[in-house]
Amino acid sequence: MRKLLIWLPLGLFITFLVVFATGLISPESKTIPSKMVGKPMPPFALGPGLPGKPGLSSAELANGQPHLVNVFASWCVPCIAEAPQLRQLAEAGVPIYGIAIRDRPEDLARFIARNGDPFRAIGGDPNSSVQIALGSSGVPETFLVDGKGIIRRQHIGAINPEDVPGIMSALGDAR
Amino acid sequence: MRNWLHPVLLGALALLLSTPVLADSLMPAAKYADKQLADPAKEHQAKVLMETIRCLVCQGQSIADSNAEMAGDMRALIRTRIEAGEKPEAIRAWLIERYGDWVSFKPPLDKLTWPLYALPALFLVLGIWIVSGRLKRRRKA
Repeated sequence: MRKLLIWLPLGLFITFLVVFATGLISPESKTIPSKMVGKPMPPFALGPGLPGKPGLSSAELANGQPHLVNVFASWCVPCIAEAPQLRQLAEAGVPIYGIAIRDRPEDLARFIARNGDPFRAIGGDPNSSVQIALGSSGVPETFLVDGKGIIRRQHIGAINPEDVPGIMSALGDAR
Repeated sequence: MRNWLHPVLLGALALLLSTPVLADSLMPAAKYADKQLADPAKEHQAKVLMETIRCLVCQGQSIADSNAEMAGDMRALIRTRIEAGEKPEAIRAWLIERYGDWVSFKPPLDKLTWPLYALPALFLVLGIWIVSGRLKRRRKA
């Protein structure tokens, strides 16, 4: 027993070494899901992010119809990648509302001119306050909100072509 | 000489011309992102809280340490709310409600985290027991 016990510290040391080495070699890249999924949309009222287009308030989102709230920005590269998918969803009749994070109207106008406009309204969030209230940790992120204004689902990162059918069926379930 | 300089120069040029993938906005930082509150007591409260709130972008850093734009916006949010008279722990709870315990560097005591608090005490007791046993044996010898 004592003879075996003498190897215990070495064994523990090697265990620690392996744990730390795996953590260093392949650090976990963590996405932080919002804890607001399943809860009502936090109350907010944002002014228009783009002149000539309406702003967005949380009250408008509880209108009996499920919709998507897309957290995006003109300075965000993956937002360009998901633009065709958003257009496709908008063409299929899905109401999409935008929240533009830390954006300037002129940059947003250029972004919309280049990538199309799938949005019914765009709220400007110049200091990320609504983004933080939503528990969102980056751009782009898309929240699926049901007709009662309850957040049903959060999509972190760009919406890729293969994500579209899942979002369509989730929208159907939220009806 | 000419043969190896060429690709090096080309590489340097490519680095100069490329833009980083993690883009930042063109907007200036929020007012209270890097500006202290006028009241030192309130600024101290805000600072203590900011040091224990985790940045969502550079995940190992607190928002007090991080240069990420979102961390700046979170600092501004905390300072504004403390200025308005909100208690730091209420703001922490508000953030945890959104991002989970993950966002706080001060883990709560619950059925998952109790070993964090209990194990150091347990190891201390174990250490005292081992040392006292050894001392007793040495005195006998």
